[in-house]
Amino acid sequence: MAKEKISAEKLHEICYSCGIETIWQRYDAQDPHCGFGTLGLCCKNCNLGPCRIDPFGEGPQVGTCGANADTISARNLARHAAAGSACHSDHGREIARTLLLFGQGKAPSYAIKSEEKLKKVAGEYGIKIEGRKNEEIAVDLGNAMLADFGKQNEAPVFFKRAPKKQQKIWKNLKIVPQGIDRPIVEMMSRTNIGVDADYKNIMLGTMKTSLADGWAGSMIATEASDILFGAPQAIRSQVNLGVLKDDEVNIIIHGHVPLLSDVIVTATRDEEMLKLAKSKGAKGITIAGICCTANEILMRRGVPVAGSFLQQELAIATGAVEAMVVDLQCILPGLTTVASYFHTKLISTHPKAKFPGMEHIEFEEEKALEVAKEIVTKAIENYPKRDKKKVNIPKEKMELIAGFTAENIFYYLGGKYRGTYRPLNDAIISGRIRGVAGVVGCDNPKIQSSKAHMQMVKELIKHDVLVVQTGCSALACAREGLLVPEAAGKFAGKGIQEVCEAVGIPPVLHLGSCVDNSRILIACTNMVKEGGIGEGIDELPVAGAAPEWMSEKAIAIGWYFVASGALVVFGNEFPVSGSKNMMKYVTEDVEKVTGGKWAFEKDPIKGAHIIIKHIDKKRKALKLGDVMYKSETTKAK
Amino acid sequence: MSKVKVKKDKDITIYCDVTKCVACRTCELACAVEHSKSKDLANSIIEKDTPRKRLTVSAINGKSISVHCQHCKEAPCVTACMSGALSKDEKTGATLQDNEKCVGCWMCVMTCPFGAIVGDSAKHIAVKCDLCPDRDDYACVATCPTGALFAGTKKEFEKKLTKKKK
Repeated sequence: MAKEKISAEKLHEICYSCGIETIWQRYDAQDPHCGFGTLGLCCKNCNLGPCRIDPFGEGPQVGTCGANADTISARNLARHAAAGSACHSDHGREIARTLLLFGQGKAPSYAIKSEEKLKKVAGEYGIKIEGRKNEEIAVDLGNAMLADFGKQNEAPVFFKRAPKKQQKIWKNLKIVPQGIDRPIVEMMSRTNIGVDADYKNIMLGTMKTSLADGWAGSMIATEASDILFGAPQAIRSQVNLGVLKDDEVNIIIHGHVPLLSDVIVTATRDEEMLKLAKSKGAKGITIAGICCTANEILMRRGVPVAGSFLQQELAIATGAVEAMVVDLQCILPGLTTVASYFHTKLISTHPKAKFPGMEHIEFEEEKALEVAKEIVTKAIENYPKRDKKKVNIPKEKMELIAGFTAENIFYYLGGKYRGTYRPLNDAIISGRIRGVAGVVGCDNPKIQSSKAHMQMVKELIKHDVLVVQTGCSALACAREGLLVPEAAGKFAGKGIQEVCEAVGIPPVLHLGSCVDNSRILIACTNMVKEGGIGEGIDELPVAGAAPEWMSEKAIAIGWYFVASGALVVFGNEFPVSGSKNMMKYVTEDVEKVTGGKWAFEKDPIKGAHIIIKHIDKKRKALKLGDVMYKSETTKAK
Repeated sequence: MSKVKVKKDKDITIYCDVTKCVACRTCELACAVEHSKSKDLANSIIEKDTPRKRLTVSAINGKSISVHCQHCKEAPCVTACMSGALSKDEKTGATLQDNEKCVGCWMCVMTCPFGAIVGDSAKHIAVKCDLCPDRDDYACVATCPTGALFAGTKKEFEKKLTKKKK
């Protein structure tokens, strides 16, 4: 008889009582966190130090070199943004490289799944399309995209996609990046001992570095992935640990780059593999994702999602996972400790990301399917080692709809024969929709298990703000049942309800992984182009938020939105709060420079109202009328 | 944060194990935050009345030490205090300070053998460890990430050190 299923909360308790250490215990053990690091007042960029500034003004106010709190916190933040930008861009480079390899016939496991996108993007790059084979175009496009990374005197091609107004602002500020890699290298150099000490100038450099991420590195990742793995379409699937199966081989794929996850999905659907699984006593093979690579295979192939960043260790603690296959980014080294209590095999695959205690099977694009089958075979062979007594799969799972993009949203909003942003702009102008907010980013043990995302998003849709989501934030809200059309009737304001009922979309739209925040930039640009709600992104009634941010990547994303003219609300403060000047610059002064700015608010309900207030201010500036329907404010805790 | 409660009705002093102190100065920050209005790090530093720390991390002979008021049995500061602001609590042995009475003559600052009293020149009063009257434990001990700080009697601290040696 099948065991009665437990709740996710119970799984936490089981881990705790068995002494299995997870991210929550490690977080508690780190508390209290160093105040100097929290405030951004510790500098270890050279060996004159490490130096720290006394935030109470009694002790030293400058480091050995003379750098003060403004300079030190600005340099630290700039380096975080450079690392975040590097992460996304390196991801983009790998996909572009695979596109080239495919064109050259060296990566036969891949295909051009969206010819339309290949031709559209190739056209933007000025590559000849007529009369040429897809492979030939792929070689030219792959090379051209890779060239964007190493450019020295020219902006990457996608920069011309931005609204004219933003392009002009960036040109005047001299923050148009020359290439993608160059601003990152430049940022490492200018934050070295004795280089840039003016915090305002360092922040301009930070924006340049981050723009190279959003409008180039990440955008290349998104576009090249659409070409190789297919342009997403709205697709129904399931999310949460309950998607794992009692009687099947469970394989979890965790990380970010779809080059690996996509072929593993293909391998698990192979007849030979299914046969092998059956021979080991399993009824089939279940594959489920964690983190952003989950979003990639979810929106293109409908693969269910096991969980977000915070759930990676819990997934292993279900005792029902034969293998967790990882590539890079957001992979906790602590996984190996949890896995030591269970039969789960941890397999690292990327030459840039190895983990002590994990088996390494190197992934090569040239023989992708072969490697994928080797990995899947290892997982299947591990199935008989599963200890049924240790299996505790939580019952929770939820339906969701994923796979919206800046291109296909046309069709969902305007109907098959009227693909346009007009209905969205009209709904905003008429006040049926107040505005649009992107709620994105990580989940963080500092905040009670992903509840901040859910609370903020519910408050936004209740006030008729349409929400678009990416990354772990999207997964957190999907778990709470916000990414289905029925959520509109339950949680949204009357205006959004009317729109959702008319076109059958959820009030919260899943736009993909964290590199797919570039899709939000394009959607904003399309709103500008459609007309009637401003000449630039800085005039649109839109805003962004990352209520539980933790990764350096979130800092880069936030900055490219602020540099593009948006308000960005973070749940936890930046590590710059030890400098009054820096805090004033990022929350006030920068608005006069780019039109965008930062706000910090730990309470998700209050954070939602910062967004609502900002959207109302933008509506007023555009001389738009009041919103159609009024909603009550939820009491902040 | 540590939830350990310490009984405050006995002869308690805060001691620092110099072999464990790494000079991170977390105790300094925690002390200032504890003596702020908001009791929150990010908010305390922007308070109009900047809170003051009552302990100092110093370097002595290549080792670092968090220096606190030792609540001496025969306290030179109490003897030197001309306004009667400093006194000994007969029950707990703590050296108490009455801000209202302090005139800022700095005699205590000069006589303290540990350098544990500092002058707040803005308010013109001396500032020293008050054993965290607003909480059950001590902010510096609770936040010390290496466990170098210890609150207890001299005997208890010695016992802890001997135990470590074994």
